[in-house]
Amino acid sequence: MNIIVCIKQVPDTAEIRINPETNTLMREGVPSIINPFDLHAIEAAIQIREQMGGRVTVLTMGPPQAETSLREAVSMGADDAVLLSDRAFAGSDTWATSYTLAQAIRKLGADIVFCGKQAIDGDTAQVGPETAEFLDIPHISYIRKIEEVNENYIRVERLMDEGYDIVESSLPVLLTVVRELNTPRLPSLKGKMAAKKAEIKKLGMADIGADENNLGLKGSPTQVKNIFAPEVKAERKMIEGSPEEQVDNLIKELKEIKCL
Amino acid sequence: MPVIVNPDKCTGCETCPASCPFDAIELKDGKAYINEYCNACMTCLSVCPEGAITDTGTGEQSTEQKQKLEDYRDVLVFAEQKDGKVVSVSYELLGAGKRLADELGAKLLAVLLGAGEPEARELIKWGADKVIVCSDPALEKFNDDMYSEMLARVINNHKPAIVLAGATPVGRSFIPRVAAKLRTGLTADCTSLEIDKETKHLLQVRPAFGGNIMATILCPNYRPQMATVRPRVMKKGEYNTAGSGEVVEVGLENIKSRTKVLEFVKEVSEVSVNLHEADIIVAGGRGIGGDKGYKMLQELAEALGGAVGASRAAVDEGWIPYSHQVGQTGKTVNPKIYIACGISGAVQHLVGMQSADIIVAINKNPEAPIFNVATYGIVGDLFEIVPLLTRKIREVKNI
Ligand SMILES: Cc1cc2nc3c(=O)[nH]c(=O)nc-3n(C[C@H](O)[C@H](O)[C@H](O)COP(=O)(O)OP(=O)(O)OC[C@H]3O[C@@H](n4cnc5c(N)ncnc54)[C@H](O)[C@@H]3O)c2cc1C
Ligand SMILES: Nc1ncnc2c1ncn2[C@@H]1O[C@H](COP(=O)(O)O)[C@@H](O)[C@H]1O
Repeated sequence: MNIIVCIKQVPDTAEIRINPETNTLMREGVPSIINPFDLHAIEAAIQIREQMGGRVTVLTMGPPQAETSLREAVSMGADDAVLLSDRAFAGSDTWATSYTLAQAIRKLGADIVFCGKQAIDGDTAQVGPETAEFLDIPHISYIRKIEEVNENYIRVERLMDEGYDIVESSLPVLLTVVRELNTPRLPSLKGKMAAKKAEIKKLGMADIGADENNLGLKGSPTQVKNIFAPEVKAERKMIEGSPEEQVDNLIKELKEIKCL
Repeated sequence: MPVIVNPDKCTGCETCPASCPFDAIELKDGKAYINEYCNACMTCLSVCPEGAITDTGTGEQSTEQKQKLEDYRDVLVFAEQKDGKVVSVSYELLGAGKRLADELGAKLLAVLLGAGEPEARELIKWGADKVIVCSDPALEKFNDDMYSEMLARVINNHKPAIVLAGATPVGRSFIPRVAAKLRTGLTADCTSLEIDKETKHLLQVRPAFGGNIMATILCPNYRPQMATVRPRVMKKGEYNTAGSGEVVEVGLENIKSRTKVLEFVKEVSEVSVNLHEADIIVAGGRGIGGDKGYKMLQELAEALGGAVGASRAAVDEGWIPYSHQVGQTGKTVNPKIYIACGISGAVQHLVGMQSADIIVAINKNPEAPIFNVATYGIVGDLFEIVPLLTRKIREVKNI
């Protein structure tokens, strides 16, 4: 079984703050991490390999420093690591990212492709399904359990709003995973050694036979026009006093605006 | 690079690298250098004190391209159904779609897959001028392959300028495939949709970086402009029983599926429905300390006739089930009153609830960021405040 896991290196959004004076992001000191959902994808891939044999390849499109994330994935147990890096990829939106990933995946070959449900920097949850479309293979989103898998068939539970679907698919297939699927393992000592020595395969535009018109900012249908800080409500009223007074005043306020 | 640095203007002051959310600016030979991690977010443009950073633009549109864009006119809403009934986000999208269509002087179309004529008529009452229906039973249950192929065909036939869909598990799963097929842009989880007065392009606003910033996204050179919107973000339009429009049935020809839904297992209907519908939500965070705190919130919610929400911390601790989680990785809610108890107000939480009309924050830490979005703030111990509040509300309501 050949499994490819798409991982993205992202800034830890929980740590990002906005500079209130300049209205810009304060990125300094914010660690880069593997997108949390992708850790679950790596874990799922390794579990399937442990059960059925084969190889797990982690794939990321990003700048040279994304290599750190690939090595981290190897330390968890991935066999191979591929870095898709080229200045032509810069400014890719989800369409161009998916196109690029799909070109690479086609070249590498896979029975199962795993993605995270979404990346925490953009939260679009679009790259998985779009990549599947470019590969012309089926996909199943929000996998929370893998019930059965063999060489040409898979059955999974897909998380929906009020419960879950049991879905089956032929292989090859692309799956996007949610946190409920598993608990990602920590790197083992052996894994850490392997990660240090691991050879990171590097692919650029020419290696994946990509059409330049589909890459980077040029290939991206969407553009960011501007960014701004979210509005903050200004009419805040602090209610002081003893707990008793606070509660009475709150009720009075809510009554006044006819909310009670 | 989408963004370039003018080396003559750059003084190497090092202001921009720290502002870049993607770590895409380095200092090389005393000058800023944009590396391949650039996502073209344009943050750095406004940061540079020297105005040394500019974007390269995406080039002029050819007249041929412009003409193609002009072929696309109307606004189309994907009307999602569940068990044969249209789900409520579809009506909200019709409300938003109607406004956009009116502004463009265009028609409002809806696509309904896997339900019949009566439901299509409902969509017309909610504002659609025309509904394209495929009532084939094969589409009753959601299916990525079939839904994406059908929607792509309808779009190719009708050439709408704008396509809107709900950011539900269904929409989020198959709409990206449609965008990929059509070679066009898709913007997820929009919180505001407006037409640019001059260019007539769709201005799509969405949160990014866990809600830390908002971005306006354009899709200027491709059509349709596609967007998903979370439930409860847009307001429903007017319901007009006399509304008239056309229903067109289309067939499901030559569409195969490689996946199959064997069964749907219902798990947590009540609470999730409640959270979306509730006018009042009492939500608890790590501050509630455990199951006992949860019970306290339930009592307050009951007294108010509301539902119980939770922060992720409270869910991760196992005190409140996941289906109650509000925020980036939980639900988006839009109640009249949101009472946050022992919630610090992390951005990931705020994105899910800050559109509530009234926010009451109860927190013992006066510095908690939740107070920044609160309409009323109470600094205090929730174990004192909440039971008192419950008691007094019962008195007021005479229960
Ligand atoms: C990718 C990602 C996605 C996320 N998605 C979500 C999401 O969807 N929803 C979400 O909520 N979070 C989400 N988070 C987590 C988020 O960043 C915060 O960690 C979380 O919201 C914190 O929850 P909290 O406010 O309950 O806990 P804390 O931050 O620990 O705050 C507890 C608060 O309770 C107060 N308190 C304690 N005791 C009392 C008392 N007796 N009386 C009154 N006040 C008291 C404290 O002063 C403190 O302010 C996400 C994080 C990441 C990285
Ligand atoms: N640049 C990238 N390189 C590799 N995988 C990616 C990249 N961007 C997104 N993905 C994958 O797509 C998933 C969804 O991302 P997104 O659509 O950006 O929310 C992620 O969890 C990753 O598995």
